[in-house]
Amino acid sequence: MELFTPDFGLVFWMFIAFILLFFVMWKWGWPVIIKNMDERADTIDKGVEYAREAKAHLDSARADAQKFIDEAQRKQAEMLRDAAKMKSELIEEAKREASLEAKKVMDAAKVSIEQSRKEAELQFRDEVSKFSLDIAEKMVRNQLKSDKAQNELVNKLLDEIEKN
Amino acid sequence: MNNVRNIILAAILTIAMTMPFLTRAAGHDEGGVNVKEVIFHHLEDGYGWEVPFSHVYRIALPVIVRTQDGKWVSFSSSRLSKLVEVPDTIMGGTMKVAVPQIVTVENGDTDYHFVLAHESKHKNKIVQIFPLDNGVTQSMVENIAALSDDGIADGYVKFDGTYYREYRPFDISITKNVLALFISALIVTLMVLSVVRYYSRKGMKAPRKGMGFMEMLIDFIYTGVIKATLGKKAKKFAPFLLTCFFFILTMNLLGLIVIFPGGANLTGNISVTLVLAVLVFIVTNVTKSKHYWKEIFWPDVPMFLKFPLPIMQFIEIFGIFTKPAALCVRLFANMMGGHMIVITLTLLIFIFAAFGALATGGSVVISVLFTIFMLALDVLVSFIQAYVFTLLSTLFIGMSHDDGHSHDTVNEGGNQPASIDI
Repeated sequence: MELFTPDFGLVFWMFIAFILLFFVMWKWGWPVIIKNMDERADTIDKGVEYAREAKAHLDSARADAQKFIDEAQRKQAEMLRDAAKMKSELIEEAKREASLEAKKVMDAAKVSIEQSRKEAELQFRDEVSKFSLDIAEKMVRNQLKSDKAQNELVNKLLDEIEKN
Repeated sequence: MNNVRNIILAAILTIAMTMPFLTRAAGHDEGGVNVKEVIFHHLEDGYGWEVPFSHVYRIALPVIVRTQDGKWVSFSSSRLSKLVEVPDTIMGGTMKVAVPQIVTVENGDTDYHFVLAHESKHKNKIVQIFPLDNGVTQSMVENIAALSDDGIADGYVKFDGTYYREYRPFDISITKNVLALFISALIVTLMVLSVVRYYSRKGMKAPRKGMGFMEMLIDFIYTGVIKATLGKKAKKFAPFLLTCFFFILTMNLLGLIVIFPGGANLTGNISVTLVLAVLVFIVTNVTKSKHYWKEIFWPDVPMFLKFPLPIMQFIEIFGIFTKPAALCVRLFANMMGGHMIVITLTLLIFIFAAFGALATGGSVVISVLFTIFMLALDVLVSFIQAYVFTLLSTLFIGMSHDDGHSHDTVNEGGNQPASIDI
């Protein structure tokens, strides 16, 4: 039963083979692999941590961006509102000014109409007085055609002067 | 799994026990299959390695022996046998058979004669042979042989009907097992260094496929077993334990392959497991941990157990040796058992061949199915045994290098089975 009794040759070579294998593995094999695996595990851990942080950053950035967008929209709305207000104000102003101007024009027209009217009146009065004078002259002339009437008038006027 | 194996073993043993009667009943005593011979031929070491699918041609390997007068002699194992053409009784024509022959090696002015012993105490080993001493005759040796229990005269070898005085030389031949050891070591080296080379070329990129599997195994053992048990000391012992694991795993799996690079029953040979166990013993006990020696020589037990009669000390010292011995025998027995079952299952075909065509056909189907099943199981066992060996070595090392303050560093991992009874 060779299997159950150790054979020196095989023990010897097994020892040599194991020691050689162990030396090679110990020198160039396992430490490199273990180091590399550990490093990679660390890197992955760091990567996961980094990704988590990056996601947090992204989320906060997104929130910031949302805030900015909201702000911008608010401002835009405000500006639109202001613009609308300004527009209405401008229109109002324009209207007011226009009406003012119109009033001025009207006033001026009124003044000129008044003036014209006064001038016309004046003219009319002149005309009327001239006419009335003419009429009076004509009437007087008519009345004073007789000498008697002329005397009477002279008398009368003299009476009046006397009275004064 | 143990149950399955037990059932199969029981079945095989039953068959094996009834077999002699069966063969006798069939009248096939002569020319039948010598089951024990075949099994051990497959399990044992050998000079030369069978060329795949041929029983005659062998890959020649160097034989290195130290003769009785202290000279180192080396020759090719192909010289141990010669090919002879004999008539083929079954198929007709002729067939070649390897017949052992005496090897004569000249070294200086002396001739040394060697032969592969058959009828000798050193069966299947190379022995140096001398003519019988003066005053000793062939018949005297024959009488000695006849009187002994096993028909073998101690110190003599019978070759070709003649007795010679034998000397078993100091033998460090590169046998089949030794070559298989080197092939296994080379495979481990190539696998590990390919991963290392991958790292140096691709840097941090994780390997894929085969190399990824290799790395997964390394990580499984390193993180799951070594780091979990040894903690900070993991880096110091990892090279030894990882080498153990991958060497054992490779040897186990290589043993399951039938043809050339495989087929050597390495871990099922006690020499191999013995060396592994001795190395574990050395690594375990070469420790500066005071706590370890205190636990052995002055354990923390009631006084009467250790003072007048050193019962505990005796048990502890005994334990130092039994732990690696258990490692050695566990691996050896599991692997050898697996191989033996597979060979026996295959041999069933030849055993049942005696009962005619129907029995042969039936046994072929059954044998092949069972053999495939057992081989698949052996792949699992190969892995489990390598794992268990590494796990237990790690635990022993962990216990011996424990500084006493952190009892719970052992078993800290949590992801390892608490007890394994394989």
